[in-house]
Amino acid sequence: MKKNYLFFTGLLTMFFASSCETVREYQKNRLNDAEMALNARRVEKNELNFQSYKEGAAGANGGKTGGGCGCN
Amino acid sequence: MKKISLTLIGLYLLFLQGYSQVTEHYTNIFQAKPLKLEEINLVTSYYSQNGTHSAVTGGGSGYIGTQYMDGSEKLTDFANMLELKLVGYGETGLKHTILAGLGVDHHTAASQKWISKTGASSPDGNRVYPSINWTVENEEKGTEFGLGTYYSHEYNYSSIALDGHYGFKNKIGGEFSAKVSAYFDQVKLIYPSELIPAVASNGITPYDVNIITTNASRGSGGTIYDLGGSEKASIPTSPRNTFTSSFTYSQVINKSVQTSLLFDIVKQDGWLGLPFHRVVFKDGSEKIENLPHSRLKIPLGARLNYFIGDNLIVRTYYRFYTDDWGLVSHTASIELPYKFTPFFSISPFYRFYTQTATKYFAKRGEHNVSDTYFTSNYSSSAFNSNYFGLGMRTAPPGGIKDTYMSALEIRYGHYSQSTDLNSNVISLHFTFK
Repeated sequence: MKKNYLFFTGLLTMFFASSCETVREYQKNRLNDAEMALNARRVEKNELNFQSYKEGAAGANGGKTGGGCGCN
Repeated sequence: MKKISLTLIGLYLLFLQGYSQVTEHYTNIFQAKPLKLEEINLVTSYYSQNGTHSAVTGGGSGYIGTQYMDGSEKLTDFANMLELKLVGYGETGLKHTILAGLGVDHHTAASQKWISKTGASSPDGNRVYPSINWTVENEEKGTEFGLGTYYSHEYNYSSIALDGHYGFKNKIGGEFSAKVSAYFDQVKLIYPSELIPAVASNGITPYDVNIITTNASRGSGGTIYDLGGSEKASIPTSPRNTFTSSFTYSQVINKSVQTSLLFDIVKQDGWLGLPFHRVVFKDGSEKIENLPHSRLKIPLGARLNYFIGDNLIVRTYYRFYTDDWGLVSHTASIELPYKFTPFFSISPFYRFYTQTATKYFAKRGEHNVSDTYFTSNYSSSAFNSNYFGLGMRTAPPGGIKDTYMSALEIRYGHYSQSTDLNSNVISLHFTFK
């Protein structure tokens, strides 16, 4: 199982590393689009809060992992 | 001769002007600029929920003694957050960004009234949460460092947090960042009224029932006693600490695709349950939920965003989560912003979530009295959930209707859990520049 996991991770790393292109600043108009941002957007903030209160899992989404009650 | 002189003077002035512009340009780059308000963000949101498995009533409807309690999870929450972004440059050319935020929420919760066995507890409450973050960025080297602090206060819970982060960019379009956070929370020990431990010596309870169970008496006096019978200034609290290390690596794949990997390690200790969550055992007896005082959480996530053609963006996210309470979950989501113009888009989205139960969960009336740890909070149960909705974003170049409002986003979502919990949320995000 561990071997398979390492093999899969290695394969994924090789795939991404070999597919990367050099993109210059003036070519980043699409990457810099607000909806291409690699994080949860501000408008999603309260959705992330209620999900972390109503579900057992939290984290790895740029949101907070502590500091609130969500008691009810 | 006169013509030659005039030509030379003209040329001299031309050079002078040229050099003076270069000098001015050069000094502008490194000239310190004081902090200036660059952006204001306002996010306002209304959340409404229905369900039948309230943890306050022991995970559902039924009798506590002779009192019937409905397990309604009906809840509304009106949340507002204002954030100011200030940007300035120091004398060495470093960019300083300060984000100052203030959030205010108001909620009503049907279950909250059953903290008192008679149903007399206040069903509503407020939360206030200011925050401030400072980031220093070296744009030339592609590095940044930041510090932040956060405070949150509501009637039964308060939290203070500190965080620090460091990030750098590499030469192949990658960016790494690491962040450490520490939350120091205090849980106010508000028990269900019938479970407040009595002090045998003088017959009084550790704290006056009325002060915590009725809206009218909140903060208006009453007497609180400790277990020894001495008068105390406030209801006792218990700590809950959360320490988080977050690591993110993002990578530009090509002109239209970028991806990121996210990895957190979260360690919690202290009072991890809530003192007013009831558990009803097989024999009909009742206690407050009891959970281990330590929890280790490991979420691992990945995002991949793809701008297809000129109009469509595909935003994807996946997260695997595991912890030492036995909970394993998977989250997958997709959002498809479609740009009708470069400044107006509509975004349908869908999210699927599934989790296994923790080792300590059982439904109302299914725990053994001999269990060491027990909860009937359905956020610890096994379930699936679906969340879908639609967003709209507009950000015209000259602002909306020639005002300072540069962007407006509206987003509506419907959430349903296989535990019968349903909710709706609508959020608005205004950006002013």
